[in-house]
Amino acid sequence: MAEIVTSHKACSVNPLKMSAPLGGAMAFMGLDGCMPMLHGSQGCTAFALVLLVRHFREAIPFQTTAMNEVTTILGGLDNIEQAILNVASRARPKVIGICSTGLVETRGEDVTGDLKLVRQRHPELDNVALVYASTPDFAGGFQDGWGKAVTAMVETLAEPSNVRDRRLVNILAGSHLTPADLEEIRELVEAFGLHPVILPDLSGSLDGHVPETYVGTTFGGTTLEDIAVMGRAAVTLAIGEHMRPAALALEARTGVPFHLFERLTGLGAVDDFVSCLMEVSGTEVPARIRRQRSQLVDAMLDGHFHFGGRKVALAAEPDLLFALSSWLGEMGAEIVTAIAPQTSPILPKLPVGEVVIGDLGDLEDRAAGCDLLVTHSHGRQASDRLGIPLMRVGFPMFDRLGAAHRLSVGYRGTRDLIFEAANLFIAHTHEHGPDDWPLPQEGEAHAAVTAH
Amino acid sequence: MLKQKIQDVFNEPACGKNQAKGEKQRKKGCAKPLTPGAAAGGCAFDGAKIALQPITDAAHLVHGPIACEGNGWDNRHAASSGPRLYRMGLTTDMSEMDVIYGGEKKLYKAIKEAIDRFDPPAVFVYQTCVPAMIGDDVIKVCDIATKRLGKPVIPVNAPGFAGSKNLGNKLGGETLLDYVIGTEEPKVTTPYDINIIGEYNLAGELWQVMPLFEKLGIRVLGRITGDARYHEVTVAHRAKVNMMVCSQAMINVARKMEERWGIPFFEGSFYGVSDTSDALRKIARLLVEQGAPEDILDRTESLIAAEEARVWRRLEVYKPRLKDKKVLLYTGGHKSWSVVSALQEVGMKVIGTSVRKATENDKQRVKEIGGEDVHQFEAIPPREMYRMLKESEADIMLSGGRTQFVALKAKMPWLDINQERHYAYAGYEGIVAMVHELDKALNNPIWEQVRAPAPWDGEAR
Repeated sequence: MAEIVTSHKACSVNPLKMSAPLGGAMAFMGLDGCMPMLHGSQGCTAFALVLLVRHFREAIPFQTTAMNEVTTILGGLDNIEQAILNVASRARPKVIGICSTGLVETRGEDVTGDLKLVRQRHPELDNVALVYASTPDFAGGFQDGWGKAVTAMVETLAEPSNVRDRRLVNILAGSHLTPADLEEIRELVEAFGLHPVILPDLSGSLDGHVPETYVGTTFGGTTLEDIAVMGRAAVTLAIGEHMRPAALALEARTGVPFHLFERLTGLGAVDDFVSCLMEVSGTEVPARIRRQRSQLVDAMLDGHFHFGGRKVALAAEPDLLFALSSWLGEMGAEIVTAIAPQTSPILPKLPVGEVVIGDLGDLEDRAAGCDLLVTHSHGRQASDRLGIPLMRVGFPMFDRLGAAHRLSVGYRGTRDLIFEAANLFIAHTHEHGPDDWPLPQEGEAHAAVTAH
Repeated sequence: MLKQKIQDVFNEPACGKNQAKGEKQRKKGCAKPLTPGAAAGGCAFDGAKIALQPITDAAHLVHGPIACEGNGWDNRHAASSGPRLYRMGLTTDMSEMDVIYGGEKKLYKAIKEAIDRFDPPAVFVYQTCVPAMIGDDVIKVCDIATKRLGKPVIPVNAPGFAGSKNLGNKLGGETLLDYVIGTEEPKVTTPYDINIIGEYNLAGELWQVMPLFEKLGIRVLGRITGDARYHEVTVAHRAKVNMMVCSQAMINVARKMEERWGIPFFEGSFYGVSDTSDALRKIARLLVEQGAPEDILDRTESLIAAEEARVWRRLEVYKPRLKDKKVLLYTGGHKSWSVVSALQEVGMKVIGTSVRKATENDKQRVKEIGGEDVHQFEAIPPREMYRMLKESEADIMLSGGRTQFVALKAKMPWLDINQERHYAYAGYEGIVAMVHELDKALNNPIWEQVRAPAPWDGEAR
């Protein structure tokens, strides 16, 4: 069990952490016909928007209630009302996903009450779903905001049902899953003759497709109709610990039981998921999935030479950190340091002595002598300074193309991840020279007879 | 305090837009009220940071919850020829406890940690919305820190809710006037010392014009703030001439430097051939007016003649490849016209340019250069922009990152000419680079393939 250590710096150096409203808004981007919106100053949206655009290289629908100095003092009801009306008339969304920010939470705005008032005053908005998540910037981080938004979606949009559809499976997708990951999960589920509803589904909206007309909202993603039938599903499969509150909320609301999968990266972890699908469907594992498993086993055999004893330093959102460090540990690598931006119930389960709640400055301080850094694109500075290769994972990945299409779950995703990391190790292999194996100096002969 | 400051920068007498206004309008300020649900762009904090962060050897510490720095650090391409400290993301990452009990102590500790760890010549401390709301007195904390820690610790009081990015630029400029410029003296001065204000060395653009200055023997004393070092900004008050780039962003700095230290300024641009030449001419003339030997005028003219001839020669090869291609310019301010002549020179047709953020003067210039053929747009809604491109009213759009995907999703070429761009387009070198990029974008072979429908589909594009 890992010990959780908090870095007690007052000055965070090179943040690993991103804000909860950004996570919440990104979750809303997995709904079809949605306009995500932050209730705060326009800068709250602008910074988050720029980061999303740089990562996905897509047009990102994203609005703001544009709080100013006066409304910050007087209260934000007018702003949220106007914002909703403007968004509804200009972008014609099916759903508006609203996240609060530090600004309105510090003031103590009653946003839920405000939204009730807006509903009463504007019957013309009856066809627009309003989903609200409270996500103060000063509490938790990116994946927590994502989790809160998904919980809010479930609580606002899912409906209980007397009907049970034995083929219907809900997937509650965590923030660490890319559109490619979601496609892989969908294929796995469908391979068993099951029908998945994925919430939220970035693979529908931010997978980089080219629509034939201009759309001002998200285009693709989980539809309101999809969410409405989630109450009929046989089971909910939640991916990532931060999806637990949403899974519990869905169960409480609809009675659909859930299994939580802490990760889908690594042979054993995928085996568990596939076994579950087998059980739910009552179907044998299809031949092509057996084949994929066999390919992963082969990749582990080919790859293990390069992982054994390698020192790796990781920094990532808690659930991604758990998935990657568990997988790296299983491949024989040594996790020298693991940094999370904020705490989570998953962290004690990491296969390391301690997990530091900290930033990329902490990573840089602890990673000297490592063979690989694993973190998001902001790790590039530390990688340069330390001369250690960087494997970019998670969000944001702004200095490489194809962030949405990186696959790291399932048998195929784990297989590809092994190749990616092994290739980085190979590319940075030390070539031996004539001075690499000197005899010990006088007096040193008996010292240091230890494994290295 | 903040209110006064904002009122003060809104009351900018040197601002062209302001001069055209009545007394009452002027009091209201130049910030258009933002429309909730239909607003775009950064906040005042964003603007202040854009203006000051290019001071490369300083520490830039953001006092606020994680959103303000965690979501936005290391996101621009303001280049440095040396120090890298400005690219470090430093923040107090305020937690719920800090919001409840106040963040002043944490801020002081953070300043001390930053100084202990990085030993910077100065620390800029940025105020944000949440600490401003709970009453954290950033100015007081900075004052105490300066006295106790023996380094300039400079408060940047521009919380996001104060207004737009542009206002933030100006408040960043005020910070320099209040705390930095004039606090030290240069070792030597020359009759050829100038400052460049409002140029941030994006993608290294300053380095495209520095060789011109060097050739003329002009010394850039204070870069404000592209590729700057802290100490050079402190001595900028000893320059003979100020050139203000980027229209209105830091006009308050130029005007107040004239007021306080008698430094004449002019507004100029390095975008486009004639603009670059004009800027060099004006610098030379003002330097002479300030007492520099007159021979610089002739030297400047011959450099301009040589460089202009070289540009046109280099652009010649692009003419057959770019002739009659239709361009939609979607930018603002002086860029709405400053690149038009270069595009026309290579035979391109500018079908329209946006004049949002442009002054009356800018609009007049568009008319002079482009005639009636160049349509002047205010904001174009994305839906309309998409239609214009999809229906081939333009062959390429030049704009900022925000509208990039409107063009690309319409399967049309696009070129980034705003702050986030990776290519440098300043001076004579820059205009050649821009035309080269236009050629690359327009004549890339993908267009035919991506526009063709799949074999089994109809005539999609």
